[in-house]
Amino acid sequence: MKITEKLALDAFKNDKETHILLDQKICQTCKERFCVYACPANLYSLNEKGEMVVEFAGCLECGTCMIACIYGSVKWKYPRSEYGVQYRFG
Amino acid sequence: MEKVDVIVVGGGLAGLSCAYELTESGMTVLVLERGDFSGSKNVTGGRIYLRPILPFLPDIWKDAPFERHVTKEVFTLMGQGNSTTFEFYSDRFNEEPFPSYTILRATFDRWFADLVSARGGFVIPQKIVEDLIRENGKVIGVRTGDEEIGADCVVAADGILSFMAEKAGLRKPFQPQYMALGFKEVIQLDSKTIEDRFRLGEHEGAAQLFIGSLTKGMMGGGFLYTNRESLSLGMVIGLHSLNSKEPREEVYKLLDQFKERPEIQNLIRGGETIEYSSHLITEGGIHTMPKLYTDGMLVVGDAAGLGLNMLVTVRGMEYAVVSGVLAARTIKRAKERNDFSAPSLAEYETLLNESFILKEMKTFQHTPAVLENKRLFMRYPQVICDLFEKVIWVDENPKEAIYKTKVAELKKEFFNLQTFRDWLQFKKI
Repeated sequence: MKITEKLALDAFKNDKETHILLDQKICQTCKERFCVYACPANLYSLNEKGEMVVEFAGCLECGTCMIACIYGSVKWKYPRSEYGVQYRFG
Repeated sequence: MEKVDVIVVGGGLAGLSCAYELTESGMTVLVLERGDFSGSKNVTGGRIYLRPILPFLPDIWKDAPFERHVTKEVFTLMGQGNSTTFEFYSDRFNEEPFPSYTILRATFDRWFADLVSARGGFVIPQKIVEDLIRENGKVIGVRTGDEEIGADCVVAADGILSFMAEKAGLRKPFQPQYMALGFKEVIQLDSKTIEDRFRLGEHEGAAQLFIGSLTKGMMGGGFLYTNRESLSLGMVIGLHSLNSKEPREEVYKLLDQFKERPEIQNLIRGGETIEYSSHLITEGGIHTMPKLYTDGMLVVGDAAGLGLNMLVTVRGMEYAVVSGVLAARTIKRAKERNDFSAPSLAEYETLLNESFILKEMKTFQHTPAVLENKRLFMRYPQVICDLFEKVIWVDENPKEAIYKTKVAELKKEFFNLQTFRDWLQFKKI
């Protein structure tokens, strides 16, 4: 089962604006890419320009990326009221 | 600014317990929950131990939507291509009050929120608190959207990431060293199949923990809890060991690999995954707890770093409930004095210290160090599995004397300085 298929099982209400901001200056200098390996939803990847991007829409709101990134690039807050994942089982 | 007596930030177990205890005290209590309903942002493995809670909050659990009471404890050591399982049953697991239950938080917290509302507490969903309002250093309220609401006391029950404790300057920045990621699938399976497959009576449940090759040497393990009509199957991985793992591992793939093991396949066959979720868990124990109070504010539950990995039992939800109750008791007494300053609210820390929570946190203060030991997660489970396999394996070759060869092998593995050091360390817990 692909991770995208797993995420498709969850109920999301997605905001237009992201709740995760990356500091590209920091990301440019990062070799380890902790976020890519630590995100349980596999939302981090490099785009064609070589910049780190995050698909905030599938965020499970655990905050792992913010802590795994020891360089402090990940500015993370909870989605606004009414938005984000809504667990039906939890 | 509109004002109430108490604002609880976060309608999870800690916040709701606090609010519940404050209802019928004449105080107005407002619980602000960021999800669509209480529980909609919450995740557990998981299981809740009831007995520690009963002396503090005795009466409410009869109608609680528990999944199953746990009557079977299973521990599996996983090697590469083999595994050893210990199963434990006790008659006491089947005596009421049942010691522990599996639960699903979306159902459970929602029920609890309704209970609080029925007692006159206000649980308002879809309200995220963005900031604290402070005056001369004292917390005097919260800001949510365009609204500002004042309160004599704010209770930060906003979970492990507690932005409230951070904004109040009560906690230090998080470190990967002291955090673990828990992630799981809820797999739907009918109750008859669950009971047959796990050899359980009606309403009985199993709790299974896995340690060994599934985490590839990283700190952590796997878990499986039987719910009424589903299984919660997941893993926990320490963030520091994930960050420093070579070769690198994408964490989400570990669960798929774990699921592919025949031991797991046989348990989940025919089941359909219906949800995927993740949550952080504190691994720092007493060492990473924030300061628990300041002028006009208390911190409870996960927000207060109240969680403990005791290797064979994982604790947190009982701490949440009881810390919520203790915070409420503190607030009631502060109200009598009409004094919500830090010295007055310090009573909360005293109550926590006297309770089982801080006693346990102190008793298990060395576990975080033990859990950094990689041999615990890879070498030892593998050695034990391989030994069993050698003892049991029969083939075309004549079998060697068990004692002679196997004990020699065990000696080699366990009677060395490294193991002695590990043993000294394990002894601390």
